[in-house]
Parts: sequence; C-alpha cells; structure tokens
Amino acid sequence: MKNIIQNINKAFDHRIRLGIMSILMVNESADFSTLKELLGVTDGNLASHTKALEAENYISVEKQFIGKKPNTSYKATQEGRNAFKNHIEALEKLIQQS
Amino acid sequence: MFFKVLYMDTQNYLQDLKEIKELMNKSTLFISLSGLSGILAGIYALIGAAVVYYLIENHEGYYITLESKTFKLIVLTAMVVLLASLVTAYVMTVNKATKAGEKMWNSASKRLLINFLIPLITGGIFALLLLRNGSYGLVAPVTLIFYGLACVNASKYTLRDVRYLGITEIILGLLAVEFSGYGLYFWVLGFGVCHIVYGSLMHFKYDRK
Repeated sequence: MKNIIQNINKAFDHRIRLGIMSILMVNESADFSTLKELLGVTDGNLASHTKALEAENYISVEKQFIGKKPNTSYKATQEGRNAFKNHIEALEKLIQQS
Repeated sequence: MFFKVLYMDTQNYLQDLKEIKELMNKSTLFISLSGLSGILAGIYALIGAAVVYYLIENHEGYYITLESKTFKLIVLTAMVVLLASLVTAYVMTVNKATKAGEKMWNSASKRLLINFLIPLITGGIFALLLLRNGSYGLVAPVTLIFYGLACVNASKYTLRDVRYLGITEIILGLLAVEFSGYGLYFWVLGFGVCHIVYGSLMHFKYDRK
C-alpha cells in the first residue's frame, strides 16, 4: 500500500497540471493558446502551472516569434513522460485495489 | 474513516483518468465532422453522375475527345459536385463544431485537413496528368484510390468510421482498374452510395443525441 502511494506524484496532484501533461503526452508540442483553450483556464492560472511543471523539468518551453507575435510552445521532456506514466500506473493500481 | 477517505480518493482518481482520456482525445482528434454533409455529398455525386450519363448518351460520335464540348461539360459537372460537397461539408462542420463548443481552426482540425489534402491533391494532379496523356480509363480508379488513401490518412485524426470509408474506396478503386469502362458506375458507388451509407452511419452514431 505504501509503495503505491509513493508513486502518486505530487507534481500532478492538480487537475490543470495533469491536463497539461495529458495533452503534451499525445502531441509533439502545444502552444500557450491551445492549452488555454483546451483546459479552459485563465492566462495567469495556466502560466503558474506551466512554471511549476517546468521547475520539475517535466516540460520544456520554447519561445519564438511567429511574424510579430510572440509564441510560447511546450513539450513534455522524457523525464516528464516517465513521471506521468508512473503516476497513471499508480492511479490504476490504487483503483484496482479498492 | 480510513476506508471512506480511500473511497473518496478512488472516485477522484477515476475522475482524473476520465479527464485525461478526454483531453488526449480532444487535443488530437477533430470529432465535429458532420455525417449529414456526407449524405448530401453522396446525393450531389448521384445527381452529377446522372448529368454525366445524360451527356454521354447524347454525345454525337463514338469517341469523347478532350476538345469536345461533352468532355468539357463532364469536367464542369465533376468540379461543381466537388465544390458543392466541400462547401456543404465546411458549413455543416463549422455548425457542429460551434454547437459542441469546439473551435473550427484548432491544431487538431489543421492536422486533419493537411493529412487529408496531401494524398488528395497528389491524386488530383495524377488524374490531370493521366487525362493529358490520354489514359482516360484510369481516371476513375485513380480518383477513387487516392480519395480512399486520403481518408485512411486523415482517419488518424478524426472518427474511426472515416478509415473504413477510405478502405472501401480503395477496394472499389482497385476493382475499377480491372473493370475499366465501368468507371462511371464505380464513381456512383464510391462517391455516391458509399458517402450516403457512411454519412448515415455517422449521423445516427454521433449526431442524433
């Protein structure tokens, strides 16, 4: 029982962070506005959660200009992918047990 | 007490998993394709085929050459059918997407369109080159096969049904190579009947809720 709970990742213990990772798991990359639209959150809210994931080194951020508009796009790192997979597996096990 | 907490957690985690799945689908698949537009496209194709049949029946002389008026009218009919189908599909899909609260131009729909257009435009150019080189008999099979490939390619980014439509078109296209001379009938089957069948299937499966 203790082992399973250890694998539940604190960094993903929030809906929006879990959402960001879910999208980045199945897409090569996603930009800020796409994430915002899919998750239905405000700019500030999304920014704080992407920063948290970036701090954990789970996602990488790339800033560039498309024409004159600044564009921020996010990618899941290998570390983030592994962490997300472990987290999901832990969730599944926990659900199976109860 | 401990069990109650555990139960609540389990419910939350189940909800998490459900949301993860939804986000994964929503961010990669464009699911607002309208089944009804498929049915309409099929009907346009049948009307177009009837017009072409009438043109051929009333053609004077045995061969239909590239310069003849009949040929130009046939090409015009095909273009009108194609354009009407595309406009209908666009309008109805925008409509459905708006209702579902999905944006028409998101990364999923762009990816769908690009992957659909690559085989389709290749096939279109190929068909035009065949016409220029006088291989009229292969035009019907080639358009069917490439349209089928376009559907199969696009199906990774939308509803599964599009994949089966694509496979059906490819099979019809290959058969049409064997039975050359019946190109118009295969067109009727592929672009008319198939669209109506798959369009209805999708309409009843997804739209009528």
